[in-house]
Amino acid sequence: MSVLIYAENVDGKFKKYAFEAVSYGASLAGKLGTDAIALSIGEVAEEELLSLGKYGAGKIISIADSRLDILENAAYTKVIAEVAGKVDVKVVVFASNNTGKALAPRVSVALHAGFVGNAMSLPLEVEPLMFKKMVFNGKAIGYIKLKSEKAVLTLARNSFGIHESPKDAAVETMEIALDDSLFAVKLKDRHKITGKILLTDAEVVVSGGRGMKSADNWGPLEEFAEVLGAATACSRPVSDEGWRPHEEHTGQTGKIIAPNVYFALGISGAVQHVAGVSGSKIIVAVNTDKEAPIFEVADYGIVGDVMKVLPQLIEAAKELKEG
Amino acid sequence: MKILVLISNVPDTTTKVKFGDGNKELDVSGVQWIINPWDELALTRALELKESSGGKIEKVSVITAGSKVVEPTLRKALAIGADDAIRVDVEARDAYEVSAALAEAVKDENFDLILAGIESSDYNNSAVGGMLSEFLSMPSISSVTSVEQEDEGFSVKREIEGGTEVLAINQPFVAIVQKGIAINPRIPSMRGIMMARKKPLVVKEVSAVGALTEFDHFELPAPKGKVTLVDADNAKELIRLLHEDAKVI
Ligand SMILES: Cc1cc2nc3c(=O)[nH]c(=O)nc-3n(C[C@H](O)[C@H](O)[C@H](O)COP(=O)(O)OP(=O)(O)OC[C@H]3O[C@@H](n4cnc5c(N)ncnc54)[C@H](O)[C@@H]3O)c2cc1C
Repeated sequence: MSVLIYAENVDGKFKKYAFEAVSYGASLAGKLGTDAIALSIGEVAEEELLSLGKYGAGKIISIADSRLDILENAAYTKVIAEVAGKVDVKVVVFASNNTGKALAPRVSVALHAGFVGNAMSLPLEVEPLMFKKMVFNGKAIGYIKLKSEKAVLTLARNSFGIHESPKDAAVETMEIALDDSLFAVKLKDRHKITGKILLTDAEVVVSGGRGMKSADNWGPLEEFAEVLGAATACSRPVSDEGWRPHEEHTGQTGKIIAPNVYFALGISGAVQHVAGVSGSKIIVAVNTDKEAPIFEVADYGIVGDVMKVLPQLIEAAKELKEG
Repeated sequence: MKILVLISNVPDTTTKVKFGDGNKELDVSGVQWIINPWDELALTRALELKESSGGKIEKVSVITAGSKVVEPTLRKALAIGADDAIRVDVEARDAYEVSAALAEAVKDENFDLILAGIESSDYNNSAVGGMLSEFLSMPSISSVTSVEQEDEGFSVKREIEGGTEVLAINQPFVAIVQKGIAINPRIPSMRGIMMARKKPLVVKEVSAVGALTEFDHFELPAPKGKVTLVDADNAKELIRLLHEDAKVI
């Protein structure tokens, strides 16, 4: 038996969320009394692969096939399901990002394994497995039990954290035969976002709502984000108005994020907005209206005009960062 | 060409969530049901594609799995503009069971494009689109923000970790879509509502496969502690609190 963790690389490097998934998988394997095995797909240097050992992977299976340079879900599913069969898998773990969401449900069908999306804890019970997850956009918590022998899960971001438990890991390269019929998409264009912190990766997010008043007022908000090393976000009306790009729209119909701290500046805190950010560890609100619903979910707040508050925040953040 | 849009029937987003039967299931009394917001965007895009296809796309169908109570939601999709609707008559207990039922219902229908929303706003699983594609052995593209008709197939934009990609595909596939695919959902017109009554809504029976997961119980999150307020003239104090007390910056 084993726990298999899909460790995604981006341009040959693992990011924090891959380490978090491996840390989680290793703890889970400990609880089940089995081994944690990480699976890497694509060209990754041996040293980088071995770095997964630090987070508790006892073995790293590496599969490099140039056809897998593009995320072709059917082909990836075939690879992961075959490896799962070879290592007698009990649970397959994915990070809950674009890739994990694309692959995990397919893999669960291929393995006839029950699926848990956005698990936020280690199993509370082992026989049968039971996990905790958010439901109804964070309005409630569900305890979901597996009825199948195997399970596939995605791990909610920042819900477990990165934990070191170094293992003497070994890399095993493997080849999986893939029929050409599994490949259907052709890459026309790829655009990498560089030099900018991705909203879904960010630990600190600074977000603006209609209370920012106009597209021209975003300068101080962006400056504040830059000083903190934060990503920027916005409420839906702001992206609908074209003040900010759609990629920044957070909430029930936009991005769902779970940073360590979320600054809601001039955002009223409608349920649909909060649905996308309620997984944040700390919520900070700045709003002129002390009755705004955002203060019901905020941990810290300032009742005041965001344009007057922001310059003070920028100054204080600069002092902090400059030490 | 034919497009299928998966519709999930979910509680209105402003619903106050309560549980009944010893916290084992959602208390549906007083709940307003709506089309899952992402599915509404998917349907909107499907209709736009059909309208701009010059007759190449003949039909947009919608499908959902569930008992008779989900039919008003399908009627709403017909009122928005779908041509016909399918209700797969199963008690939908988990994503696996739903996807298996949908797959059995449509496997011989040869849809050219199947659109699914990235997540449903009830159990937040992001599962059905992907599962259905595996059951049907079809290619799938996830986190899709745009679908355009092009030559014999489609041009699709998706978000990947660290960026975006534009892909070409010219065989039937499942697109799992998010915001961007359409910006504002279409709403039914008076005429649409009248016409919807006459559009076909077919009920299909399939063999049950059984769910692989079940909810043991639910709970409401512990109420949040009171917000710590900082004076607007002393906003710097907020940064200190976040650094020293909360330790998040
Ligand atoms: C089906 C559905 C899905 C939706 N999905 C989403 C979603 O995904 N994301 C989303 O965000 N919304 C969503 N909405 C919309 C949501 O209901 C709210 O309308 C929206 O979140 C409000 O955005 P806002 O807070 O920026 O604007 P408003 O509600 O207008 O709030 C502006 C706030 O700014 C404050 N303010 C004004 N001036 C200042 C100032 N100078 N300084 C500080 N504060 C000030 C005001 O007091 C007010 O609280 C959805 C709605 C529906 C029906």
